[in-house]
Amino acid sequence: MSSALANPLPAPQEADVVVSVRGLGKTYTGGFEALRNINLDIRRGEILALLGPNGAGKTTLISIICGIVNASVGQVTAEGHDIARDYRAARSAIGLVPQELHTDAFESVLATLRFSRGLFGKPADAARLEQILRDLSLWEKRNSKIMTLSGGMKRRVMIAKALAHDPKILFLDEPSAGVDVELRHDMWQMVRRLREGGTTIILTTHYIEEAEEMADRIGVVNKGELILVEDKHTLMRKLGKKQLTLTLQQPMQAIPQGLAGLPLELSDDGLTLVFTFDTQSEETGIADLLRRLGEQGIDFKDLRTSESSLEDIFVNLVRKGNAP
Amino acid sequence: MNLHAIRAIYRFEMARTMRTLMQSIASPVLSTSLYFIVFGAAIGSRMGEIDGTSYGAFIIPGLIMLSLLGESISNASFGIYMPKWTGTIYELLSAPVSWFEVVIGYVGAAASKSVILGLLILATARFFVDYEIAHPVWMFGFLLLTSVTFSLFGFIIGLWANDFQKLQVIPLLVITPLTFLGGAFYSISMLPPLWQKITLFNPVVYLISGFRWSFTGRADVHIAISTAMTLGFLLVCLAMVWWIFRSGWRLRN
Ligand SMILES: Nc1ncnc2c1ncn2[C@@H]1O[C@H](COP(=O)(O)OP(=O)(O)O)[C@@H](O)[C@H]1O
Ligand SMILES: [Mg+2]
Repeated sequence: MSSALANPLPAPQEADVVVSVRGLGKTYTGGFEALRNINLDIRRGEILALLGPNGAGKTTLISIICGIVNASVGQVTAEGHDIARDYRAARSAIGLVPQELHTDAFESVLATLRFSRGLFGKPADAARLEQILRDLSLWEKRNSKIMTLSGGMKRRVMIAKALAHDPKILFLDEPSAGVDVELRHDMWQMVRRLREGGTTIILTTHYIEEAEEMADRIGVVNKGELILVEDKHTLMRKLGKKQLTLTLQQPMQAIPQGLAGLPLELSDDGLTLVFTFDTQSEETGIADLLRRLGEQGIDFKDLRTSESSLEDIFVNLVRKGNAP
Repeated sequence: MNLHAIRAIYRFEMARTMRTLMQSIASPVLSTSLYFIVFGAAIGSRMGEIDGTSYGAFIIPGLIMLSLLGESISNASFGIYMPKWTGTIYELLSAPVSWFEVVIGYVGAAASKSVILGLLILATARFFVDYEIAHPVWMFGFLLLTSVTFSLFGFIIGLWANDFQKLQVIPLLVITPLTFLGGAFYSISMLPPLWQKITLFNPVVYLISGFRWSFTGRADVHIAISTAMTLGFLLVCLAMVWWIFRSGWRLRN
C-alpha cells in the first residue's frame, strides 16, 4: 500500500503548481545520502506540512529548495523558475524561517529587517516593515539589539526577516520547536492570515498536532524518502482505523473460543473489549462481532467508537517504512 | 544587478566597523605611531638616508602596507566568517544575489575600511616625520588596489576557514613575515645579491616597492611589474571566489 501512495500526486493543473521537485537527491560531502528521489508538487496557496522524525531529511529538502544546499541530482522549480539556472527569480519568491535561531546579536530589530529586505532586492519600505513588526508584536522592540531579546522574540524576528521581502512562498522549518504556547498560537494565526493573502506555506514539523491543526496536505518524510503526500482528510480517512470499545457487564478471564480470530483485545481488568476495524474496507465486521457476542451470551452495557489520530497513522507509516 | 543587496551588505559591514571602531581603526593607527616613534624618530635619527630619503620617510609606505595587508585580510575574513559561524549566512545563501554582488558588498566594505585606515596612518605620520608624495594619484591607486586585492584574499580565507584558528593562521604566519621581509624597513638593494634574488619570490616586495615609488619616485622593482603582479593576484583571487560560489565548497554542501 505504501508504494502506491508514494507515486506522484494526481497531477494538478500546471498553473496551480508553485514549487515542483523532480527526482531530487542529496548526498552530503561525507557520503551520507540524506534524500532519495523526491518528487513533489506544492500547490499555490496551500499549507503543506512535511512530517517526519528527526533526521528524516526535512531540513535538507527545504534547504535545497531555498538555495542553501546544492542538490546532488534532480530539478526544482519555484514559480516556474529553475532554482539553479534562474536562481534570482526563484529565490525572490521564497522566504525561509530556518529551524535554528540564527540572529545578528548586535543589530537592532529594525536594522536587521531593512537588511533582509534589501538583500532580497526590494526597495526600502518603512511602512511595510512597520506593518510586519506590528503583526508580530515586535514594534515596541524595533530599536532593541537582538541579543537583548528572549528566545521567543528572536524567533519572531526571524519570521519578520523572512517576510520582509513579501515572499509568495514561505518555508517554516520546525516553527514550534522550543516555542511557548502564546507564540505558537500567534504563529498559527499569522500563517492563516498569510494563507488568506495567497501565500503558499510549507512547514516541517515532528508535532503531529501542528500538522493536523494547520495543514491542507501532509507529506511524510522518513529516511530520506517522501513516503506519501496526501490531503489531510483523505489521509485520515484512508489510513484511519476505527475502534469499537465495549464495556462488559461481567468481567472475562480471556477472550472466549467463539470470538477467536477477530481483532479483539481484552483489558487487564477483563471489563473492556476493544475491536479494531478499517473504515475503508467493505465489511467492517461489526455485524459479525455483535452476532457472535449474542451467541456467546456476552452482555455489554456501553459501546462507543473512536477514530485513530494522525499520530497513530504517522507512527504506523514510519514503522512500515522501516520494515526491511 | 541587485543593487539593493549590495547596499544592504555594504551598510551592514560598515555598521560592524563603526561598532568595533577601536579595534579596526584606532589600534592599527596606534601601533603604527609606535613604529614611527621607535624606528622613525629614535633609531631613524641615527640611520643615514636611503636613496636620498630620510629613514623615517622611507619606512612610511612599508608601514602603511604592513597595516593595510593585515587589516584588509582580518576585516574581510572576519566579515564572512562570522555569518558562517553564527549561522546567519543562511540568509545570504537563500537570497537572490550573485557571487559578484556578495563580493562587492563584503570586499567593498573591507576595502573601504582599509583605505580610510591607510589615509589615517598617512596623516598620523605627519606628526612624526616630513615626507613628500611624488605621485599622489598613483599613491591612492595603489592604496585602493592593495586594499581591494587583500580584502578579497581575506574573504577567501574567511570562506575557507572552519575555525577561528585557521582565520588567524595565514595573516600571522604568512603575511606578517612576508611584509617584514618584503622591504618594509629596508631597501632590497641593501641585501646580499643572493637574497635579492630570493626576495623577488615574495609578492609583498612588489606591493611595497610600487607603493614606495609613488612616494619617492624610486623603486626596487619597476612600477609596471608591481602593478601587473598586484592585478594578477587580484584576478587569481576573483577566480577563486567565483569557483567557491559556483561549486558551493564549504558553503552549500
Ligand atoms: N551538512 C551535513 N553534512 C552531513 N550530513 C548532514 C548534514 N546536514 C544534515 N545531515 C544529515 O542528513 C540527515 C537529514 O537531516 P535533516 O535534513 O536535518 O533532517 P530533519 O530536518 O528531518 O531532522 C541527518 O541524518 C543528518 O545527520
Ligand atoms: Mg530539521
